[in-house]
Amino acid sequence: MMEFKEKLLSSYLAFEDGLDLSDSVHQTRAKALKIFEQKGFPTKREEAWKYTSLDALLQLDYSLFPKAESSIDLNAVKKYFLYDTDTYKVIFIDGVYSPFLSNTTHDGLDVCLMSAALTKPKYRKLIDSYFNKIASEKDSLTALNTSYAKEGAYIYIPKSTVAEKPIEIIHFSSGIESALWLQPRNLIVIDKNAQVQIIEKHQSLKEHPVVTNSVTEIYVHQDAFVDYYKLQNDLHSASLIDNTYIVQEKNSHASVHTFSLGGKLIRNNLQFFHKGEHIRSTLKGLTILHGHQHVDHSTLVQHAQPNCESYQDYKGIFAAQSEGVFNGQIKVDKIAQKTNAFQQNNNLLLDDKATVNTKPQLEIFADDVKCSHGCTIGQLDEEALFYLRSRGIPRKEAKALLTYAFANNVLESVQLPSLKKRINTFIANKLGVNLGFDL
Amino acid sequence: MLTIENLHATVEGKEILKGIDLDVKAGEVHAIMGPNGSGKSTLSSVISGNEDYQITKGSLVFKGNDLVELDAEERAHLGVFLSFQYPVEIPGVTVTNFIKTAINANRKAKGLDDMPASELLKKIREKAQLLEIDSKFLSRSLNEGFSGGEKKRNEIFQMAMLEPALAILDETDSGLDIDALKIVANGVNKLKSKENAVIIITHYQRLLDYIVPDFVHVLFDGKIVKSGTKELAHELEAKGYDWIKELA
Repeated sequence: MMEFKEKLLSSYLAFEDGLDLSDSVHQTRAKALKIFEQKGFPTKREEAWKYTSLDALLQLDYSLFPKAESSIDLNAVKKYFLYDTDTYKVIFIDGVYSPFLSNTTHDGLDVCLMSAALTKPKYRKLIDSYFNKIASEKDSLTALNTSYAKEGAYIYIPKSTVAEKPIEIIHFSSGIESALWLQPRNLIVIDKNAQVQIIEKHQSLKEHPVVTNSVTEIYVHQDAFVDYYKLQNDLHSASLIDNTYIVQEKNSHASVHTFSLGGKLIRNNLQFFHKGEHIRSTLKGLTILHGHQHVDHSTLVQHAQPNCESYQDYKGIFAAQSEGVFNGQIKVDKIAQKTNAFQQNNNLLLDDKATVNTKPQLEIFADDVKCSHGCTIGQLDEEALFYLRSRGIPRKEAKALLTYAFANNVLESVQLPSLKKRINTFIANKLGVNLGFDL
Repeated sequence: MLTIENLHATVEGKEILKGIDLDVKAGEVHAIMGPNGSGKSTLSSVISGNEDYQITKGSLVFKGNDLVELDAEERAHLGVFLSFQYPVEIPGVTVTNFIKTAINANRKAKGLDDMPASELLKKIREKAQLLEIDSKFLSRSLNEGFSGGEKKRNEIFQMAMLEPALAILDETDSGLDIDALKIVANGVNKLKSKENAVIIITHYQRLLDYIVPDFVHVLFDGKIVKSGTKELAHELEAKGYDWIKELA
């Protein structure tokens, strides 16, 4: 069998078919392909991939060009929507846009398709200013995504606009292809003093191998606010490599919650870059795994300006033989005085065979900063368990209650009540109990 | 109600209880006093089912049930309650949600449905009032950041809500100022009836001025070396524990 890397390179001619090859966007793609060709897939020899191996995933012969839109019954997918809240929706099936399931808009804001943004003249100026401007040039998986960048969600929130409804970006995989490789590319621009809430989800409808190598670029302008939720609760056969890059301007706030509750292998590369003062960045993560699942959070906050704050709080709960990795990087440049950077990673191991590798990395070049980090790996407190049991709460419920309590402060900051409720239910299901109250 | 015979117990292989005999009947208040390290807290842990302690000999029978065979939660379902000397902090679970979970777990064990929300709220309000607990306190995380006195008051609040047949108050008076002590004692006295019993474990006689015991036992080196009435507590207060050591 041809190596998958070779397949990606040799299939490129087919991808280029019908594209305007002289266009600057395509020049960006072609350049990215060269980078990927040179670097290939990351291996465990690289420090950043020491605990996560893609080898097993790369053994399959993935299809790169799924057939045109597969039709899906609305009733089959409705349950994955935030049904009790009215939302804008950008929905893809096997990487292909589904106008039937989506609810896009150009009324006051743009919630539409990357394919349109990349080709239509009216978006040209924005694409020239923002497309592939912060995504890492060096990262081979990002380069691979860029080389094939064609479809995804494009969101533009104009100056002083508050998006009235949350936006859901959902990628379904139908299972029609025996093995599928998806590479969505999202671009989100939030102009000055604008606000938006976004929910992103990847969902297989059938057990079949699917790997999504996604890149999202988010530009948060002065005084703007983005509240982003990544819901990773896919089937056991699905893997996700999520590369999200965020640039923030003066006085902006960007918040990303990552809920990793299901999937085979998940790698989250989440990077924040500060371009002004008084910026706030919030990174929260809740990982609950069982079976042979593997989740790797690799974060970076680059404090490049004075008087900015970042808060990272990642919690992990690992059962059976699941594996967790947390690699949290904070870089504080010499001029970034009065930086306030906080990082916390707490892990609960519920079984003997579960593992966690956690590594805070702080590189601080300024002298007047407040930076703190802490990580813990532990089991449920037996003393606390006894306390609950002595009140008549059976062991299983007591464990669930403590596990719930452990996860609680990640949920606390979720701003969408219906989403919070949904995640609460996920967690209760995952822990196999009905607690009878919401936290 | 509770009959303990020749009870021996170890923790980490070390024998702490060396043959305890105790008989507690419904309607009675027993005080167990003794110097530090005599085994008072071990006794409360063993009765309530803490698995860190191993019973090596003797019997522990509560309302006809062999407690040795039962888990902590099963003992709670039968009506055994321990007010902890050091209540555990549980961030992320409010006092109200905790008590709701505990009450409904006990009801479920008895084959009852969940307590209706309105009834639960009424009961919470009533018992909070009895212990002069502010309603804001109830929406705080369980014991997190509570003062010593607040923790102890919260233990008695849980007791009031769960209405156990046997309440063991382990050093409930420590960390309480005189006003809080009176409130707690008043609460316990109001909850007292002919159907239930209380075991007070204490180093000092202070709490016994407010909750008057029917019997006082002195524990030393894992054994009850002397039993008497409330006068014994006064004697201990006046003379200290040294003379007890000579008895043993």
